[in-house]
Amino acid sequence: MINLSLMISEPTDEILSILSRDARVTAEQIAKMTGRELKEVKAAIEAYEKSGVIKRYKAIIDWEKAGVEKVLAFIDVQVAPAREVGFDKVAFRISRFPEVMSVWLVSGTHDLRVLVQGDNLRELGRFVAEKLSTIEGIRATETHFMMRRYKEDNDLFVDSDEDNRLLVTP
Amino acid sequence: MESENSVSHPALSRTVLELPPSGIRRFFDIAAAMQDVVSLGVGEPDFATPWSIREAAIYSIERGQTTYTSNYGLLELRRAISKHLMRLYEVEYNPDTEILVTVGVSEALDLAMRSILDPGDEVIVPEPSYVSYKPCISLAGGQPVVVETKAEDGFAVTVEALEKHCSKKTKAIILGYPSNPTGGCMSAEQLQKIVDFARLKNLFLISDEIYDRLVYEGTHCCVASLPGAYERTLVLNGFSKAYAMTGWRVGYACGPAALISAMMKIHAYTMLCAPTAGQKAALEALNHAENSVREMLEQYNQRRLLIVNGFNEMGLSCHIPKGAFYAFPSIASSGLSSEAFAEKLLYDQRVAVVPGTAFGAAGSSFIRCSYATSLSNINLALERIAVFLAKIRC
Ligand SMILES: Cc1ncc(COP(=O)(O)O)c(C=O)c1O
Repeated sequence: MINLSLMISEPTDEILSILSRDARVTAEQIAKMTGRELKEVKAAIEAYEKSGVIKRYKAIIDWEKAGVEKVLAFIDVQVAPAREVGFDKVAFRISRFPEVMSVWLVSGTHDLRVLVQGDNLRELGRFVAEKLSTIEGIRATETHFMMRRYKEDNDLFVDSDEDNRLLVTP
Repeated sequence: MESENSVSHPALSRTVLELPPSGIRRFFDIAAAMQDVVSLGVGEPDFATPWSIREAAIYSIERGQTTYTSNYGLLELRRAISKHLMRLYEVEYNPDTEILVTVGVSEALDLAMRSILDPGDEVIVPEPSYVSYKPCISLAGGQPVVVETKAEDGFAVTVEALEKHCSKKTKAIILGYPSNPTGGCMSAEQLQKIVDFARLKNLFLISDEIYDRLVYEGTHCCVASLPGAYERTLVLNGFSKAYAMTGWRVGYACGPAALISAMMKIHAYTMLCAPTAGQKAALEALNHAENSVREMLEQYNQRRLLIVNGFNEMGLSCHIPKGAFYAFPSIASSGLSSEAFAEKLLYDQRVAVVPGTAFGAAGSSFIRCSYATSLSNINLALERIAVFLAKIRC
């Protein structure tokens, strides 16, 4: 028989899972939702913030809906690994450009996958040509421009139906 | 009650005309005509069916699996149900003869009553409880006998209460735990006493366990798993609640082969089989949706604690609902009846709740508030109810 009572997250995880769904839920609410003392919840959140478990809070914005043009590109980068530091040196270097949203080391035919955001195609093209491919240790790049966003970080970017349940049901 | 003296067609069945209309229906009609209603009146999950389940059904339709299934339901699904109940509760059901796939627990309830009752037979119904129990008994020619349960007992039914209402004509007891509307659960120890009583009096136990996966404190006890229960227990369960699959219309009944076979006979004539795409979806639910169940459970639990805390803070005492997704606060302190409370609250603050009387007279000083809705809706509803209480208290 499986233990059904273990199916609910540990209380510490629970605070994180609540905040990851909605960062604006207050400590007071979380205390009520988890049956814990407010003091305890506040202390836990503070500790998460201090230790960097919670990096920061931000809004998920559909820029297209807001009428703001943004261009995204995924750039696969082949790197000649350097002695002692491997891919780190190049990866850190790429990471510091403000255009760069994410950098991952991945398996497969390329080594780094870089997510870059810019205001227009020209700007991004220039970034790749002038900044990225000229970094020492980069052997080749392959750029994929994002055409349409369907889902990102668990949020669907298609309009979902409203709650169409009947208002009162048995 | 509808008029009987229609000139254009013969009179309708007296049984139907005498059947009281659902107390929920009336509130639905009022709420539906209003704008900007926050509803705590919904008895179904606010989540959509997990995608992998929906996708499995779409795939089956694409492949043209659109025919009838066996009257008993897809064998593959019955096998999965059998494995599922073994894994969760260590009860063993033979997928060939002891499991019937139905059009929701709703149909299973109806089949059960029609299969066990002769005219005049009595069935004990602990109340407050789900709205269909009594009508299903009446429609099958039986006589519902109500046993009231109390908030101070966590709405559990006791042998003392049963004894007072058990007669020579009693055929069965309906158990509905975790409970809609109270959220009450019964422990294995409490249930064992009921099982012993049923054995002594030779009664069927019809156990509606549709909320078995939505238990937040303690663990669910499947009635059939208790010593002495198996041969007289019919377990009803389904996919509506745990897997957010209300619209798919799939449930099942597990019990003694003779009873299942009797139910199948009626089912074969009246329903033929449960929807095929729904059965495919149900199969996927049992095989691959455990993580989704867990996620929904966690969110229901957080809402549960929030809403109960909210009611207690505003002075509506609320027993801790251990299961399902309903809070059942007492509104006795308001001085209003539950009907009046719910109606005034709806007109005055546009919050829809269901008066406890919809679930039997024992619910007359309670309202049922479903927390199968978003946190923001719960917060908004709590705020409005607090405003309402402040108004009627001064
Ligand atoms: C206690 C209880 N039993 C049965 C049902 C009906 O479920 P189904 O959708 O499986 O017919 C419900 C639905 O609200 C319920 O709350």
